[in-house]
Amino acid sequence: MRFVPVSGLDREQMLATIGIKDVDELFSVVPQAVRYQDTLDIPGDLSEIELSAHLEDLAGRDAHCGSLVSFLGAGCYDHYIPAVVDAMISKPAFFTAYTPYQPEVSQGTLQAIYEFQSMMCELTGADVANASMYDGATAMVEGALMASRVTRRGTFVISAAVHPEWRATLQTYADAGGHDIVEVPCSSAGTTDLVALAEALGSDTAAVVMASPGFYGGIEDVSEVVRMSHDAGALLVLGVNPILLGVLEAPALLGVDIIVGEGQPLGSPMSFGGPGFGFFGCDKRFVRSMPGRIVGRTIDVDGKTGFVLTMATREQHIRREKATSNICSNQGLNALAAGVYLTAVGARGLSGIAEACVAKAHYLHDGLLATGRFSVVFDAPFAHEFTLRYDGDVPAMQRSMLDAGFLAGLDLGSLDAANVGLVLFAVTEKRTRAQLDRFIEEVSSL
Amino acid sequence: MSDTSLREPLTGTTIFELGSSDLGCVEAPAPDVPEVDLDVVLGGQRRTRTLGLPHVSEVDIARHYERLGSANFGLDTGFYPLGSCTMKYNPRIDERTCRLPGFAQTHPYQPESTVQGVLELMIGLQDALAEIAGLPAVSLQPAAGAHGELSSLMCIRAYHTAHGDARTRVIIPDSAHGTNPASVAMCGYKVTTIPSDANGGVDVDALRAALDTDVAALMLTNPNTLGLFDPNILAITQAVHEVGALAYCDGANMNAIMGKVRPGDLGFDAMHFNLHKTFSTPHGGGGPGSGPIAVSDALAAFLPGPVAVRTKDGAVTLHKPEHSIGRVRSFYGNVGVMVRAYTYVRALGGAGLQDASEQAVLSANYLKERLKDVYDLPFDQTCMHEFVLSGHRQRKEYGVHTLDIVKRLLDFGIHPPTIYFPLIVDEAIMIEPTETESKATLDRFVDVMVRIADEARTQPELLHDAPHDTPVRRLDEAKAVREPDFAYKPQA
Amino acid sequence: MYPENLRYDKEHEWVSLEGTVATIGISEFAQDQLGEVVYVDLPSVGDSVAAGESFGEIESVKSVSELFSPVTGTVSEVNASLDDTPELVNNACYGDGWMVKVTMDDSSEVDGLMTAAEYETFVSEEA
Repeated sequence: MRFVPVSGLDREQMLATIGIKDVDELFSVVPQAVRYQDTLDIPGDLSEIELSAHLEDLAGRDAHCGSLVSFLGAGCYDHYIPAVVDAMISKPAFFTAYTPYQPEVSQGTLQAIYEFQSMMCELTGADVANASMYDGATAMVEGALMASRVTRRGTFVISAAVHPEWRATLQTYADAGGHDIVEVPCSSAGTTDLVALAEALGSDTAAVVMASPGFYGGIEDVSEVVRMSHDAGALLVLGVNPILLGVLEAPALLGVDIIVGEGQPLGSPMSFGGPGFGFFGCDKRFVRSMPGRIVGRTIDVDGKTGFVLTMATREQHIRREKATSNICSNQGLNALAAGVYLTAVGARGLSGIAEACVAKAHYLHDGLLATGRFSVVFDAPFAHEFTLRYDGDVPAMQRSMLDAGFLAGLDLGSLDAANVGLVLFAVTEKRTRAQLDRFIEEVSSL
Repeated sequence: MSDTSLREPLTGTTIFELGSSDLGCVEAPAPDVPEVDLDVVLGGQRRTRTLGLPHVSEVDIARHYERLGSANFGLDTGFYPLGSCTMKYNPRIDERTCRLPGFAQTHPYQPESTVQGVLELMIGLQDALAEIAGLPAVSLQPAAGAHGELSSLMCIRAYHTAHGDARTRVIIPDSAHGTNPASVAMCGYKVTTIPSDANGGVDVDALRAALDTDVAALMLTNPNTLGLFDPNILAITQAVHEVGALAYCDGANMNAIMGKVRPGDLGFDAMHFNLHKTFSTPHGGGGPGSGPIAVSDALAAFLPGPVAVRTKDGAVTLHKPEHSIGRVRSFYGNVGVMVRAYTYVRALGGAGLQDASEQAVLSANYLKERLKDVYDLPFDQTCMHEFVLSGHRQRKEYGVHTLDIVKRLLDFGIHPPTIYFPLIVDEAIMIEPTETESKATLDRFVDVMVRIADEARTQPELLHDAPHDTPVRRLDEAKAVREPDFAYKPQA
Repeated sequence: MYPENLRYDKEHEWVSLEGTVATIGISEFAQDQLGEVVYVDLPSVGDSVAAGESFGEIESVKSVSELFSPVTGTVSEVNASLDDTPELVNNACYGDGWMVKVTMDDSSEVDGLMTAAEYETFVSEEA
C-alpha cells in the first residue's frame, strides 16, 4: 500500500516541467559519500489484507481487559466508554484536522476545545483550564515549573504518596532545569506525613506537589496542606482523578492553586498507557504564566461568535526561549473524547459513575478482608483504589488469578522492595457484583 | 437569495446551552452493591460545588458534533500545503488497527507475558526508526516532537555530565522552529543563535566562531526550515565534534530524506521523529502526536525509558537503559499513535518509504517551478519536500500582505500554507505538498495562487477582507486577549 | 510628522521633559509596527531604570517586544490605564498612551536623544 495518488504519467510530466530526467537529480545536493544506496531494511510493502492480518496477529497475542476482569489502576483505568464518544472522534472533520491556527475553518475544533476547557473548570472549580497537555505526569511537572516562575523560588516539595512515575518525571525535569526536590515520606496512613511536610517547607519552596487520592489510594487532608503551603509562601500543585471529581470536592474550592491530573479515564481507551491527556487548571491570576494552548471566545467581523487560540505570546513560537513551556501541541483528539464523554454522562451520570466506583471498591475491600487472607495496611479514607496486605506470595496469587481470568491488582512489591506483600486494587463502574463475588471466592480458595 | 434567518448556525451555541436537566444520554449502571455513605467514606471531602455539566440526549449530541465538524477543514476536506507539518493522508487502516482490543484494551501494568503483541509492535517500530535514522538506539517514550527535542537535550546533558564536562550553551540557527530555543531553556542551557548564509544554509564561519568547549550541542533541522538541504552538513557536524559537542537533528523534515540519506550518516548524534508528520498519524486538531528519539551508541545508555528490548529467549521486555535520564512522562509513550505509525510503516516497507520521500520532493519542486515567477522566491535552488515563497512583492506593489493572500485561499477550499515562518524570510509562505496529493490537486493550487496574485493587483480589498465564504470570517484576536473568556460558566 | 516638542531614541520611544521628570511612551511608527496592543508590562513605582536597558514589554496578539528606557533614573509614576485599556498606546501614543514617568538622575541626558527631524530621518532609513 502506498497512498501516493501520482501516476507514472504524472511523474513524467512533473519531471519535464522541472527539466530533469530522474528524481534522483533532486538529491544531488546530498554529498555523494553519504547518499544511501540501499533499500531500507524495513519489512512491509503489504497489501491491505496482509497488513490487516499481521496487525490482528500481533493484537491477538495480547490478553486484554475486554476478556479479563481487571482490578489494575495506578494511573490508568478501565472505565466504560460510551459508543457516542468513538463515533464523534472518528469523524474525519475532527481527527484529520490540523491545529486550529486558521480559525475561520477550524471552529469545530476550537469550540470543542472551549467546551472541554469549560468542563474541566466545572470539574475542578478552576477559573481557567488549558487545552490539555501530554499526560498527568507532565501536567504536574508544568504546574511545578509554573509555581517556580510565579513565586520566583526554586525548590519543589513532593509527597512520596504521589505516583512513583510522576515523581520520577518531575525528577528528570528538575535535574535538567536546575530545580531542587525535597521528598516528604508517607505516614503510616499511606498519605503524606504532615509533620515531615512542615519541616520540609522553607523560604525557597515554590510548590508543594501532592495527589489526592494518592498512589496508594488514600485521600489527603487537602485543606490543611493548602494552609501549610500558603503559610510558607508556596503554591499547591494537586493531582486529582477526574472521574472522582463527580463525588469529591472541587479542589479550587479548597484553595488549591494548580489542579492537574490524567484525563484518560474520561473517554480514552487505556491503550497500554497512551495517549491520554493531562489537564491543567488554575486561578485566573496565573493566566499569563500558564503553559499550553488556550482557546478563547470572541467575535468575527460580522459580529458572529467565534473561538480562537489566544494568549499566544506565552508560547514557544513567539517567546522562544522565554516561553512558559516548549509545548507545541495539546492532546486534541483525547480532549475532544473527554468533552463528548462528559456530555454523554452529564452531571448526573458522572456522579453516579463515581459513586458506583466508590461503592464497588468498598464492597471488594470489605469482601477481601472477610476472606482472612488480606489485611489493612493504611487506614486513610479511600475512594475507588485501596491497598491491602496479602498473607501469601503475591506474584503466585496473581498468576493463579490470571488463569482464572482476573488481573488481580498491582503488586507493589515489584515497584519497591519495602512494599512486598502489598497489593493495589482499583475498581471501576464496569465491575459487576458477580465479578466481584467470583474474585473474592476464587482468591480465598487459593 | 432565500431567507435563511431561521437556519441554525453551525457553531456558536455551546453544548452547555443545549438539553435540560431531566434529559441525558448515558446513565451510571444500576447499583448492585450496598450503598456507601459518601459523607463518611470520603474523609469529609464530599463534593458540594455544583457540577455544571450539560444533560443532553444522544440525538442532540450527535447533531451538535456533526455541526461542529462541518465547520472544520480536515485532510479529508482538501489540500493542506502546510510547510513543516507534513499533512499527508491519514490511512483508515491505521484507525482500525489502533482500535483492536489487543492494543486498545491493554493496561500498561499487565504482566509482560500477556502483552507480547504490543511489545513486539513497539520493538518493530523502534527498529524501523533506527534504520531510517541511521542511529542504533531508540526511545518511543516522548509524547510529541517538542518533547523529543527536550529528551534529546537531556540525554546530551547527561552525556557531558558523565564525561565530567559542564557545558552551558546550545547553538541554534536563526531559522529554527520556536520549540528549539524553548527546549534549550527548559534543559537549563543558554541559547546562542547563529545567522544563515546567503544561500539559506548555516553560516559555517559564524558557526566556527561560536563553537568552543562551552558548547554542549548544535540543534539543526536538515533539510532546514527553508526546505533546503545544507550542502555543508558534513563540515558542520565535523566542526561540532571537534570541540567535543554533539549534533542534534530536528527530524520534522524527515519526509524529504527517508531512504535517501540518514541523519546518523550525516554526523548527527541524536534526532527526534514526529510520527504525526512523517508517519501519517492524524493531527487530531492538535494532537496526540508522538516524538520518538534515535541516538548514537554513545548516547544509548542515557535514553529515557523504559524501552523495548529483546531477551535471549526471543521475548520482548521493557528495560530502563543503564544510565537513563529517567522518565519524561508516565508509562511508555503514546502507544495508540505508535500502532498507527507501525501500520503505516508496514504498509509501505523500506522501498515504499523511499518512494514517499522521492515523490514528496518531486511534488515540492514541481510546485516551486510553477510558482516562482508568480511570487518572490528568496532561494532559487532545488528544494527538498518544501519551499518558501515571499509575499514581499505583493506587499510592496499592492499593499497586500501574506496573511491576506493565504486567507483568500480559504475561499477556494484550500487550507493556507505556513506563514511568517521561518522568521528570516520577509512575508514568508512555506509550502509542503507531501506525496499524497495528486497532480490535479497541485495544478489547481497553482491556478488558484496565480488567480490570487492577479487579485492582489486588481482587487486588493477582496484579499484584505478574505475569507468571505467560511463559517466565520476574520476574528477579533485582540478582543480575545483583552476581554478574556476561556470557559463557559453555567449559572449555578 | 513627529511632535516637535519631544525627543526620540533608536528603540522608538519618545521622551517629554518637565523639570527633571521625563514622561516616556512609544512613537507612532512603533505602535503601527506592533499592531493592536493587548498588554503592556511596566515596572513599579520606585524601580530604577537605566538608559538603553529594558524596563518592560509590550505585546500585540502575535508579538512581544521589549521596551527600552531612553533615560536613567527612578520610576515615579506608571500609567495604570494601560491595564484595562492597552489600546491607548495605539490610539493616543503621545497622549493618554504614555507609559512611565521617570525622575531623571541627570536631565541633560535628554540632549543626547534625537530631535523630531532626526528621528524622521532615522525611521525612513530603517523602513
